[in-house]
Amino acid sequence: MLDPAPATPQTSHPLLQTVGLTKRYGDFLANDSIDIEIFPREIHALLGENGAGKSTLVKTIYGLVQPSAGELRWQGAPIKLSGPAEARSLGIGMVFQHFSLFDNLTVAENVALGLDGKEPFKAISARLADVARDYGLPLDPSREVWQLSVGERQRIEIVRALMQNPKFLILDEPTAVLTPQEADQLFVVLERLKAEGRAILYISHKLDEVKRLCDTATILRGGKKVATCNPKRETAASLARMMVGTEIKEVKPPAERRTTVPRLVVNDLNLAPSELHGISLRNISFELKGGEILGIAGVAGNGQDELFAALSGERLVKEPGTIIIDGLACGHLSITQRRKMGAAFVPEERLGHGTAPRMRLSENALLTGHAAGDMVRHGFINAAATLRTVDLTTETFDVRKAKRDPEAASLSGGNLQKFVVGREILRGPAVLVVNQPTWGVDAGAAAIIRQALIDLASAGAAVLVTSQDLDELIEIADRIAVMFHGHLSEALPRADATREKLGLLMGGATLEKEAAHAIGA
Amino acid sequence: MQLVLEKRAERSRTIALVSPLIAIGLTLVTMSVLFAVLGKNPITALGVYFIAPLTDGYSLQEIAVKATPLVMIAIGLSLCYLANAWNIGAEGQFLIGAVAGSWIAVKTQGTEAGHWVLPAMLVAGAAAGALYALIPALCRVKFGASEILTSLMLVYVADLLLDYLVRGPWRDPAGFNFPTTAEFDPVATVPVLIEGGRLHLGSIIALVVVAAAFVLLDRTIKGFEIRVVGVAPRAARFGGFNANQLILLTFAVSGALAGLAGIIEVAGPIGHLQPGISPGYGFTAIIVAFLGRLNPVGILIAGLFLALTFIGGEQAQITMKIPLDVTKVFQGILLFYVLACDSLILYRFKLVSAAPQVQRAAR
Ligand SMILES: Nc1ncnc2c1ncn2[C@@H]1O[C@H](COP(=O)(O)OP(=O)(O)OP(=O)(O)O)[C@@H](O)[C@H]1O
Ligand SMILES: [Mg+2]
Repeated sequence: MLDPAPATPQTSHPLLQTVGLTKRYGDFLANDSIDIEIFPREIHALLGENGAGKSTLVKTIYGLVQPSAGELRWQGAPIKLSGPAEARSLGIGMVFQHFSLFDNLTVAENVALGLDGKEPFKAISARLADVARDYGLPLDPSREVWQLSVGERQRIEIVRALMQNPKFLILDEPTAVLTPQEADQLFVVLERLKAEGRAILYISHKLDEVKRLCDTATILRGGKKVATCNPKRETAASLARMMVGTEIKEVKPPAERRTTVPRLVVNDLNLAPSELHGISLRNISFELKGGEILGIAGVAGNGQDELFAALSGERLVKEPGTIIIDGLACGHLSITQRRKMGAAFVPEERLGHGTAPRMRLSENALLTGHAAGDMVRHGFINAAATLRTVDLTTETFDVRKAKRDPEAASLSGGNLQKFVVGREILRGPAVLVVNQPTWGVDAGAAAIIRQALIDLASAGAAVLVTSQDLDELIEIADRIAVMFHGHLSEALPRADATREKLGLLMGGATLEKEAAHAIGA
Repeated sequence: MQLVLEKRAERSRTIALVSPLIAIGLTLVTMSVLFAVLGKNPITALGVYFIAPLTDGYSLQEIAVKATPLVMIAIGLSLCYLANAWNIGAEGQFLIGAVAGSWIAVKTQGTEAGHWVLPAMLVAGAAAGALYALIPALCRVKFGASEILTSLMLVYVADLLLDYLVRGPWRDPAGFNFPTTAEFDPVATVPVLIEGGRLHLGSIIALVVVAAAFVLLDRTIKGFEIRVVGVAPRAARFGGFNANQLILLTFAVSGALAGLAGIIEVAGPIGHLQPGISPGYGFTAIIVAFLGRLNPVGILIAGLFLALTFIGGEQAQITMKIPLDVTKVFQGILLFYVLACDSLILYRFKLVSAAPQVQRAAR
């Protein structure tokens, strides 16, 4: 029974079933009487807008959240899960939308902590390396997690789940932060897991991916199940329609944007890594004019985080003139001083970096809003102003939440992302530096955010967008550069920036050519 | 069956309030057992400890007097702890404050010095406490030395310095060789609030400190910085808050408050400088800070409660011959339970059967 037995979908019984599953938070129905069936040898998509209740549903299946009503059935028999350990012992594995890793521990230690058995650490380390290699997910067991990129962190979670040999694997937005190549690798892994007879429940906002990969799709809207369908027979548009209930707006880049003076200039930025395995930034130079959006593509962990730290002022550089915002040399100025000059920043990691998870949204508005504006007067907090920012962000970016001012951690991933991006855009910055602006955001909200970035540029701001989503960059950026091994390529105008060219740059292909040029010149 | 800790989604406000009460309840149960083992009637003993002091005016005043330094020190400590800076050496800062303030009192003794003396003493006490607290803070910021160890070690330095001064240079010549300074002049003494009573101006100052801390934490950007640095260091850096600066600041403030408490104690209820001016206020204040949830109002209540244990302990020694050290035991047990119950705020207990129960659909 422990080996996932081969079975054909038509004749087999559901591996897991939810019957009238309901989850209430106060008066708020996060899940409203949901019935789904998941069969072995099936990749089942769970679709829905931000806050539709997807994460809540899978957390219930994984035993992390107790349902308010309804029941779970495992191979036909009703079960009560009082915690994830029980779910795991049944053969349910899960990869979370927000990772649960200890930054100061190594990859292997993190995996060991997540396993239930009494396996010795050495054996775990070895098995980890084996499983990682076997499934083509390279990981160095001895590295500490805080040094890893988001993509690498996710690999840990996936490998950890695979090491438990699950019959049923849940993945909550696994590809949100992956490059197309990394995502392709993951699909190979998932196809293989399916062929091994396992069932997979797959949450994603990327509908093309779902059409390509999934056999069945269940669609949630406002906590209710609205449909189950075969995504291969649907179009991305028809799926989106079911999720939202209406058509989704296309992002319209204005026909022509007039660029103005350079607002963000980086002159030969070199920065040694602040940590052992970090990436050093090498000779980074670019100029970004008002009215312009510059995209930075690249595989995670090629120096994007380091560049963000240097641009934001989280790390200072010695030579002030290395970074110039609106004509003022500011390499030596703190993040607060740069904010006062009209710069705004959105980091990649929304929980713990962009927000303090256990603090309320109003407090998180203050976190970045204190530098300028009316939130602080003579050292005193203007609570009304912080709440106004929350309300305004909520309204403009359609942030859905259970109450007016909840803790950041209680928001669904996409809704928190909307808040973090919206909070900065609404300050009307002169320069906006944003990493992964639509990470985990549904198609409708992604369109709102991209439109807001374009509108911001149209209003004269300089916008720097780092993203692993090439389609996103091609959609909104005027020029696209690629980051590889701490080096930033020449920016290609949008018209030249094909996926193929960018893909080559992302693999570091032209680096040698450029070096040869330099020697020849 | 297996008991596991499970993380809560949102912090439970109810538990945050109930947890210290549970801790006190558990402590009382444990103490009853201890009294029974000592051969005393637990009910009578608890009565002497916790009820009797509340029934006469003198004891009530004495509770306020004892709570004054506890609350002032604990407020400072709570700022440190919120910012993730671990000042364990408030006792030393208390003593240094007492010494520095007493220096002015000793030097002006018997002169015509006017009413500036007491304010100058208070300022000197606070400044000395702040500077003394900055030593471990600077060692932490500059060299990465554990502030827990250095601040604790400096307690003994302060203790010995005080001892040396009252046995040597500052000893009262008319004091029959007792290690003490002469009784301070009236201008160097903290005035009492009620003629003939024990309650003094320091208690008012403590209340002001509580109110100020409340405003600081709840309404000001500095207070916000302190809170964010403690709970989300990376987000704090992103917010532009400098963790090292906040360590220095919170240590300085808590040192100043401890020093101020020290000089108030010496210039108030005691009236002269001598060894043993503190029954461990600086350490008990750590318990007060945690029992009070690192919240100013909570600390005020917790300070009064722990002051009650000091008074109750004295009375229990007198009337029931229960050793005074039992008070320390009580405080230790209380801290233990407070920290244990704190886990309930972020986590909840769950009973889990070792193997998941698969109920067959009975039909
Ligand atoms: N612990 C909680 N307390 C209160 N409300 C909550 C809690 N957890 C989730 N919610 C609310 O329930 C709703 C559904 O959240 P959920 O995380 O399931 O959404 P989701 O479909 O996964 O969205 P996303 O695509 O953004 O990740 C959200 O509106 C969220 O605010
Ligand atoms: Mg989610």
